[in-house]
Order: sequence, then C-alpha cells, then structure tokens
Amino acid sequence: MKHHRVLRVAAKLLIPFILLFALYVQFHGDFGPGGGFQAGVIFAAAFILYGLIFGLENARKVAPPALVTRLVALGLLLYAGVGYGGLLRGGNYLDYGVLLENSVAGQHLGILLIEFGVGTTVAATMISIFFLFAGRDT
Amino acid sequence: MSGLAAHLPALQVVVPLFAAPLCLLAGRAGLAWLIVFVASCLATATAAGLAYQTFQHGTLSYPLGGWAAPWGIEYVVDTANAFILLLVSAISTVVLMYAPASVDREIRQGRRHLFYCMFALCLTGLLGIAITGDAFNVFVFLEISSLSSYALIALGGHRKALTASFQYLVMGTIGATFFLIGVGLLYMMTGTLNMADLQARIPAIQDSRPVLAAFAFITVGLALKAALFPLHLWLPNAYAYAPNVVSAFIAATATKVSLYVLLRFTFTIFGAKFAFLDLPLHWVLLVPAVIAMFAGSFSAIFQRDVKRMLAYSSVAQIGYIVLGIALSSAAGVAAALIHIFNHGLMKAALFCALGCIFHRIGSVRLEAMAGLGREMPWTMAALVAGGFSLLGVPLTAGFISKWYLIEAAFEAGLWWLVVLVVLSSMLAVVYVWRLLEALYFKPVPEGRAAVAEAPLSMLLPTLLLAAANIYFGLDTRLPVEMAQSAATILIREQIW
Repeated sequence: MKHHRVLRVAAKLLIPFILLFALYVQFHGDFGPGGGFQAGVIFAAAFILYGLIFGLENARKVAPPALVTRLVALGLLLYAGVGYGGLLRGGNYLDYGVLLENSVAGQHLGILLIEFGVGTTVAATMISIFFLFAGRDT
Repeated sequence: MSGLAAHLPALQVVVPLFAAPLCLLAGRAGLAWLIVFVASCLATATAAGLAYQTFQHGTLSYPLGGWAAPWGIEYVVDTANAFILLLVSAISTVVLMYAPASVDREIRQGRRHLFYCMFALCLTGLLGIAITGDAFNVFVFLEISSLSSYALIALGGHRKALTASFQYLVMGTIGATFFLIGVGLLYMMTGTLNMADLQARIPAIQDSRPVLAAFAFITVGLALKAALFPLHLWLPNAYAYAPNVVSAFIAATATKVSLYVLLRFTFTIFGAKFAFLDLPLHWVLLVPAVIAMFAGSFSAIFQRDVKRMLAYSSVAQIGYIVLGIALSSAAGVAAALIHIFNHGLMKAALFCALGCIFHRIGSVRLEAMAGLGREMPWTMAALVAGGFSLLGVPLTAGFISKWYLIEAAFEAGLWWLVVLVVLSSMLAVVYVWRLLEALYFKPVPEGRAAVAEAPLSMLLPTLLLAAANIYFGLDTRLPVEMAQSAATILIREQIW
C-alpha cells in the first residue's frame, strides 16, 4: 500500500487516538459505559488498522506473535489471580470487597484489575485472530 | 467448615481454569502436561472432598464473589453433582497419566502445549457445568467445554478430523443455542437464573406458552449435546477422528455431563409432575432411547474402524441411560446415574486400549488389528475387560448397570422394555465378538513386523481403567449408593 498516501497519513494520525480512546474506555469502565471487552476490541482495532495499511510484517514487528499469545494467557491469569486474591484475604473467590481495608475501595480495585485482565486477553486474542487469518502460516 | 474446605466448590473449577493459561505460558509440552496433571489431581481430590462434605453436611452452597443467590452466581454441590464431578475429574486424571506418550505420537510438536491448554479448558467446562447452580452459568461452561473440545478433536491426525470437528461445531452450537433460548425464555418469565429460584417460581406459571417452549428448547438442546438418537450424527465422526486421548476423555465424560444437566432441569427445576404427567416427556425420551439402543448397536456391527464401532456403541449406551431417565422413577434415575458412571469407565478403558494399539500399529481398523491378541496380551486383556463390561457380563461394571436398569423397568411394570434391553445387548455381543475374533482368531496379516506391547506409561492407566471395570462390578457400593442418594435428591416430587 505504498502509494496510498492518504490512507497512510490518516492511519498514522488516527492510531494514537484509537489507542487512547481504548484506554479511556478501559479505565473509565467502572464509572461510565465501557469495560474490558469493548476496550480490548478497540485497542486491537488500532493494531489491525496498522497491519492493514502498513503490512503484516510491520504489524508482526510491533506486536510479536509470541508476545501476543503470552498476553492472551496473562490477561486470564490476572483475572483468575484476582479471584485467588479474594480467597487469600479471607473472602470468597472473586470477592473484591476484601482486597483492601476499605470494602468500597476494594471493589474498585478488584473490578479495575479484572477488567484490565479482560481487556488484555480480548485485545491479544483479536490481534492473534487477525494474524492467523491474514498470515495463514503461524 | 473453615479454611480451604469451605472454598472447595470454587477451587473445583478455578484450579483447572488457572492451569490453562499457565500451559500456554509454559510453551513446552512436558511442563504443560505437568501443570494440567497436577491441576487434574487437585480437582480429583477436591471432588472427593466435596463428595465427603455432601455426605456429612448435605447440600453445599457457595456464593461466588460473596454475592448471595439468587442475585449472584451460586455453586451448589449435592450428591448428584458430586458424583459427576468425581467421575469427570477421576477419568481426566487417569487419561492424563496416559496422555504424554500418545500425544507425542499423534500431535505435532509445537502444538502439544496447546493441546494440554485445551484439555484443561475442557475439564474446567465440564466441571463447571456440573457444579453451578445458575442456569446461565451452565451455558457459559457448556461453551467453554464445547469450544475446547472442537479444537481438541480438530487436532486429530487424519484430515477428516477437521470436518468431523466442524460438524460437531455446527451441531453443538445449535444445541447450545437451543439451551440458551430456553434459559432466556425462563428468565423472561421468572426474572431469575438461579436454579433453586427457578424451581420455586416455575410452578405458578408452568402452563404459559413461553415456559412450555423453554422446556422444549432446553430438552432438545441438551439431547443434541448428549447425542440422543436421532441427534447423534455428530458423534461417530467426532470420536473416530479425534486424537485417542481426546476420544477416551470426551467419550467418558462430555455426553454424561449433558445428561446430568438434563436430569437436573427435568426433575429438579421443572419437576417430574410437569415433565411426565402434564407433558409426554416419557414417550419423547423412551422412543428415541429404544431406537438408539438398537440403531446404535446395529450400526456398530458394520463398522470396520473400531473407534467408529465404539462411537456407535456410545450412541446405544446413551440410549440405555436415557431409558433410565424416561422411567422417571427414583430407581430409573439411579440406574441412569449408575450407567453414566459405569459407561464412563468402559469407554475410557476401551478407547485407551485402542490408543495403545494405534500407538504400535498406527491403525485401529479390524483387518490391521488381526492377531494382535498374542503380541499385545496386556492391552488386549484391558480391551476384553472393557468389552465384557460393555456387554454386561456378570462380575463387570456393565452388568451392574443393566441389572439396575432392568430392575427399574420391572418396577415400572414395563416388562417389554426388559426384553428390549436384553435383545439390544445381544447386538452388542455381535460387535464385541467381531473385535475379539479379529484379535485372537485371525492370522497375523502378511508383512506386519512383530508388534511390541504398548509402553508402560500408556499400559498402566489402561489396565487401571480395565481393573476399575471389574472392581466396580464386584464392589458396587460407591456408584450405587451415590446414585441412589443422588436420585432421591434430584427427584423432588415422586409421581409413581
């Protein structure tokens, strides 16, 4: 796509904002509409756009497939790990209220962490799916 | 109860769940295997602990995240699902002992750790379906176990594994969707997803169309997942082309868990009176079950691929289980649960033995297996024990299942069913005989090099499963007592 200058410039301009918006949806999720799933998809959309415009090879350099696969696992581990955190602090599994001394603050921290886990896994999964379909070799 | 013991219901599911991403991170087959194996052993210990607790304290309830039911998701353990949890986790552990050698031969390097990751997810899903007390949560776990089993089946060596997996994906998705539509209708009518709460609210509105539709959707969806005739078409290919480890695990557990959900919904949530007196579920289940017993066994006779033969035999065996359910008495449900347990043991033993044969000769076709009886005596001993158990020969687990099933049919006054059960067992004699004839009485095909006995790491778990088939034919206390106690818990209203 070397000759599509308009696309390349527009993509370059858009990608930082897409990423920023994804982070907003992610971390504002416990106050307004949003959350990990939506944020993950938006975040991945930036990478997919980059891959479409600048080619798969460049996209693989930005997000190495081995790393992306690990992120899929790490997001889920974070989610499940927060659940175990609740157990260790004497509550039930996934009880965020006991994570901190203040139960409301604990709920906030818990939902923030698990949503971040969801976001990580969703973004990494979307990018992996894109790589798989676009590459058909890994 | 305090400390760890109080959290066993959550740990039952989240320990295998945690193992799955760890396998992905491990990246190496050996390490991934170790992680899943440890998780599966812990799950078995947890299931045993839960079974013990249900005997001591009755039904256990665990609100996830501390959110009380019916608002939050609740895990409920009673003898019925403790029994299923024990079966699934124990089979998984034995099959995993067997797995490394078989996986190394059948699955490409670089994919093996992914295989174990999927195995952990499948185990998580099956355990989750059994333990949850929330109707929607059943669907979530149903999808976790199904999606991972599609991937597991697709990893089979033959190219047809892909189409088999795709066929299963299409059928399985339809089944899961039907189930979800049913749950959605119930939610629309009652505003709750908690099973105990549903049970309390349904009687007031049970004659409304949406509830009737919900019941139909849920029953058909689960029958599809459980491969009840004529919704079994996905099963033979899926079992035949899956890697041997997967065939052994899924054949022994996956359809059984769906049957457990069917029991739970029919008897506990909707109630036997609604399902069997107001609606004709008796005939709706009985007719396909009887046809399955004959059609499954009859198709099995004509298969030359032994894995397919056993897959069709599974269709027939599911017929026996559903027959027990259709009797809608405590004895019938107990017989169904006993057969769920015993059939799990037989099919695990048989598929593991076939895996040993495949490991040595690279085929499980009857003609390729000719004369193996002398060359792999121990594997064949396991195959014979499993085969006899499948027939229901006395002193094997299969005999116990048939005994209780026939007793339940007599109790219901349906003597002609007894005749049909015995007749269909005769058909099983034919295909098991064909197998034994090939193994022991056919000459070794020309050009086949001498075959060695299967490696010990595969042989020992296979023999363990075969021994279990004989042990539970002699000492029936565990399955029979648990199944009978489970049946009284599941059936909240006696109708006969």
